[in-house]
Amino acid sequence: MADKVLMKGNEAIAEAAIQAGCRHYFGYPITPQTEIAAYMAKRMPKIGGTFLQAESEIAAINMVYGVSAAGKRVMTSSSSPGISLKSEGLSYLAGADLPALVVNAQRGGPGLGGIQPSQSDYFQATRGGGHGDYHMIVLAPSSVQEMADLTIKGFELADQYRMTAMILADGTIGQMMEPVSFDFEVKEQVEKPWATTGTKMQRKHNVVNSLYLNPEQLEEMNNERYRKYDVIKENEALCEEYLTEDADIIIAAFGIAARVSKNAVNKARENGIKVGLLRPITLWPFPEKVFAKHAKHVREMISVELSMGQMIEDVRLAVNCSVPVSLCYRVGGMIPTPDQVYSAIVEANARGGK
Amino acid sequence: MTKEYLFAGFGGQGLLFSGKVLAYKGLIEDKNVSWLPSYGPEMRGGTANCSVILSDDPVGAPIVLNPDVLVAMNLPSLDKYENAVKKGGIILVDSSLIERKVQRTDVDVYYVPATRLADANGTGKLANMILMGKLLDVLGDYNEETVNKALAKCISARHADMLEFNRKAMEIGKNYSENE
Repeated sequence: MADKVLMKGNEAIAEAAIQAGCRHYFGYPITPQTEIAAYMAKRMPKIGGTFLQAESEIAAINMVYGVSAAGKRVMTSSSSPGISLKSEGLSYLAGADLPALVVNAQRGGPGLGGIQPSQSDYFQATRGGGHGDYHMIVLAPSSVQEMADLTIKGFELADQYRMTAMILADGTIGQMMEPVSFDFEVKEQVEKPWATTGTKMQRKHNVVNSLYLNPEQLEEMNNERYRKYDVIKENEALCEEYLTEDADIIIAAFGIAARVSKNAVNKARENGIKVGLLRPITLWPFPEKVFAKHAKHVREMISVELSMGQMIEDVRLAVNCSVPVSLCYRVGGMIPTPDQVYSAIVEANARGGK
Repeated sequence: MTKEYLFAGFGGQGLLFSGKVLAYKGLIEDKNVSWLPSYGPEMRGGTANCSVILSDDPVGAPIVLNPDVLVAMNLPSLDKYENAVKKGGIILVDSSLIERKVQRTDVDVYYVPATRLADANGTGKLANMILMGKLLDVLGDYNEETVNKALAKCISARHADMLEFNRKAMEIGKNYSENE
């Protein structure tokens, strides 16, 4: 373990981004993710990168658009209210098919809400956030190590598919420290022949734009984008399966909720209840197939969330309502306790289901 | 085995730092560890706390609700968490800041006038590390080599003098006996 260091989740994202070759960070401070900006402010100047604290979240996301159009790896980070501000830019990035990494360390909402952890931006993240038909690849880390690993993966997927990858974290994972290793291989960056890097009179000029006044053309752009999304849905969905093979009851939870749930699952197993955990690592694409597979043998699924019930809709869609799906939740910055989840398991077990 | 620690007191008492030293000690000893601070407005002068978990298994929820060990550095923290400590657990009290006694009879309690000791020994604000020294001693877990390594991980080389102060503070805690 000699190569492991203790680091906050937010810092792990920043360090991983640098190792992924990201040399441009634009942000605006907001709790609970400011450590990302602080880390970048310290490191970027030393490695020839750019750290810029913009005048607002909106400015920062548009700077991301500019650097991405020029073909460079670029990122921004914020927390819930700041992501709402960035939503216009997220839609423009999608419309122009530009890769970017965006981090949302979620806090309780709506409005300015609070600064404690939350998962209530699930809809906003998985349905795109801004206007128009589009998606982002949404990655949900549940440990500091995954904050680093998924940041690398996020940059790679973003470049590969020319779209935004969002790290949907929360205040807890951002603030907590755990051992993390940066002992990973970063793939060589893909060519970006579409980037606006200057023609040098050698090629036709590239255009990066999201304005298409011809409806036939705009329709085809949308169709093409959704054909790409189909490929992503087919190939990129990720899910951790924990004690699911013989399970009568399955918990669905991501991020911090999955960690709490794991404690409850272990306790329930000790007490003879056959319960397992499905932890989506990609929230979009949602790992539908894994859920559909397990729907055949479970009596009930329980969605554990730090929201009023958002992911539960995707769980229900994935199992096509073939099993009952119940909700166990806390909101406003509160986190369900392992005991609360355990009680939900015991109740589900008593119901007998199906 | 899993042990859960809660450090609680005022912002500025170095609770997050003690937690970090303990977490690094765990990491050096090849344990799974997590460290979670409270990061709310309380960090600017109100009550602050820090959850640390050391375990042989992967750490699940990083939030410590029922600690095996509570280190209380002010009265509101003792009031808030005394009853949350597991039966048979340990409570360490900075008795120069908390006048009342612990009411529980099913836990081991250690009173250390850490803030007074820190002042008297010229280690300024290091009451937190005096308590840490006592804690590791009580746990039978005071390994000088790992302690020094953990401190070195938490204090940058530029502040070598601070490293020495911290080490000294931990020793004061280790050697403190309530009969003194």
